[in-house]
Amino acid sequence: MAQADRTSAPSSRDGDDRRNLAWFIDKAVQVLVFIAGISAIVFIIGIFVFITKEGVGFILKSDYALNESVFDLLEEQKMPEAQLEAITVLEGKKFSTPQDLLKAVEKIIGVEAARPYREILVEKSHDQPFNAKSFFTSPKWAPTSEIKPVYGTLALMVGTASVTGFAMLIAIPFSLGAAIYIGEFVTGRKREFLKILVELLAAIPSVVWGFVGLSLINPLIIKLFHVPIGLNILNAGVILGLMAAPIMTTIAEDALKAVPDRYREAAEAMGATRWQVIFKVVVPAARHGLVAAVLLGVGRSFGETMAVLMATGHSINLPTSIFDSVRAMTATIAAELGEAAVGSDHYQALFTLGIFLFLITFTINLTADLILRGVRKE
Amino acid sequence: MFGASALNIRNRKVEGLFRVLFMLMTGLLILPVVIILAILTWKGGSVVDLNFLFTNPTEGMTSGGIFPALVGTIWLVSVALLFSVPLGVAAAIYLSEYARDTWFTRIINLAIINLAGVPSIVHALFGVGAFVLFFRFGTSILAASLTLGIMTLPVVIVSTRESLQAVPMAFREACWNMGATKWQTIRKIVLPNSISGILTGIILEVSRTAGETAPVMFTGAAFFLPKLPQSIFDQTMAMSLHLFVIATQVPGVPENLSYGVAFVLIAMVLTMNSLSIAFRVYLRGRKKW
Repeated sequence: MAQADRTSAPSSRDGDDRRNLAWFIDKAVQVLVFIAGISAIVFIIGIFVFITKEGVGFILKSDYALNESVFDLLEEQKMPEAQLEAITVLEGKKFSTPQDLLKAVEKIIGVEAARPYREILVEKSHDQPFNAKSFFTSPKWAPTSEIKPVYGTLALMVGTASVTGFAMLIAIPFSLGAAIYIGEFVTGRKREFLKILVELLAAIPSVVWGFVGLSLINPLIIKLFHVPIGLNILNAGVILGLMAAPIMTTIAEDALKAVPDRYREAAEAMGATRWQVIFKVVVPAARHGLVAAVLLGVGRSFGETMAVLMATGHSINLPTSIFDSVRAMTATIAAELGEAAVGSDHYQALFTLGIFLFLITFTINLTADLILRGVRKE
Repeated sequence: MFGASALNIRNRKVEGLFRVLFMLMTGLLILPVVIILAILTWKGGSVVDLNFLFTNPTEGMTSGGIFPALVGTIWLVSVALLFSVPLGVAAAIYLSEYARDTWFTRIINLAIINLAGVPSIVHALFGVGAFVLFFRFGTSILAASLTLGIMTLPVVIVSTRESLQAVPMAFREACWNMGATKWQTIRKIVLPNSISGILTGIILEVSRTAGETAPVMFTGAAFFLPKLPQSIFDQTMAMSLHLFVIATQVPGVPENLSYGVAFVLIAMVLTMNSLSIAFRVYLRGRKKW
């Protein structure tokens, strides 16, 4: 029996060489399906490599330019007015090394005249488009600004977080409730019907959800709450909640189903009522699976693009109420990638945002997977 | 004597309360979506006729039909399937028939989960970085379809793996004992016995692929192209992007036109899904083992 799945070693006992055509085909197929098997790993690595390749230049890039602070320093050093005037033509121009910058200045005002300011020009002209601190803490995202582009993602992060958070406020209780109802209270055909319905709801494309937010929920919010615009956190939150709920319900229901029936029977034999069985036995036993369901729902709404692009109002804003319009990270990429020139700072900044999104969703999925695997081991 | 104690009555009341509460929660989750679908059908269904499906958009997309977008979506989905179905089925065969439960297999599984979980816009960035720029496919059906194919690969892998694993081990063992090689067993026994389950997964993938917008936005789908694509290196219109464009980017589009596009898109996706589900239910009833 043991050699049933072994086709490699030719039998030495009877000297019969089994390496005929079928054997070679078998080997070839084994190699081919192995390559296909690892394709998922290749693609994940590929995704990371390619978005990093396009975006990392932005993080690492150093420019040298005569920016305002350099002019201020030059003025402090008492550079003559005429020379200051002369070198303003270089303002905003980018050089790859400080020496290039110095040479350009020397060319205009002469080597001798530039000598006293050499130190300032070389050392203070460093001008990086990416600034880790402002990238994470500045709420100003103005990549197309003529004067000085700013790449701060705080408002975008807050936008994504507020919409996802609001969506989860709706989706978590309702989908867990629905999972308990479908998994524990109904049986037979009714259960099948509800499960199929939930599965169908999960299939509605996100662009259709965005359209629903735009043309159905938007006027509804304006009418109900008397606000000037209905494209806001409330709108996108409701939509994302409705989008994430079917997925969470399905996974949570699977987690409840995985609790062995003998747990329920033992509790019922002790005289527990149905809801006692559910809350004291089934839910605690399935808690890991339920947490994983919630995490995957969070990951899903976090990465949702088209629906938030269309329903949040897409204005950069630190919101103070659920009636404020916001802008999400995913939506920013979707809206701006088309107009950013390939290789420009703006383009690379959007890929940097992509790296950030990739890392966050990767972490969420990894955590959910670890939790679920913990359940399987138990 | 047992039935009527005060505690028991209270318990039963609480249970009834919870039952109603959970039923309400389920209803509140499903009902709005059903209402939304009904409105979309009501407002969009009246616009859709053969003329709408088979004519070009006219007057800057403010009137006319959706023919190029419909054809474009069919192109995108077909090319994506050509790429992802063989790859996904082969990967599922590896995972179900060859791989043992090792750390390496676990990493593959993790990669599959992540491939499904990475935001669609990140897939779009990957498509731009890899296919449009690095491999120089340009913005074309090929680049867009490869992006879509990679994104929906987990759907094929997971559903195929499930249906392969549903074939009982005894079938394989019987075949091996007749002296068949592993591949002969898979080809003659495992695949024929799971082909319908695999088809179910493929139909599901079609519906996922047809509805995706973000991954095709920058890789191959155009806002407006009055002519049909001639080869996989052309750009094309797509249903999903067309809905986005006429709903947000073009001023003065009559409302019912957008509803019409939304209705066609959703009818396409839900029909595919229902087909896949019906197929699955039918198979389950027919299974002999």
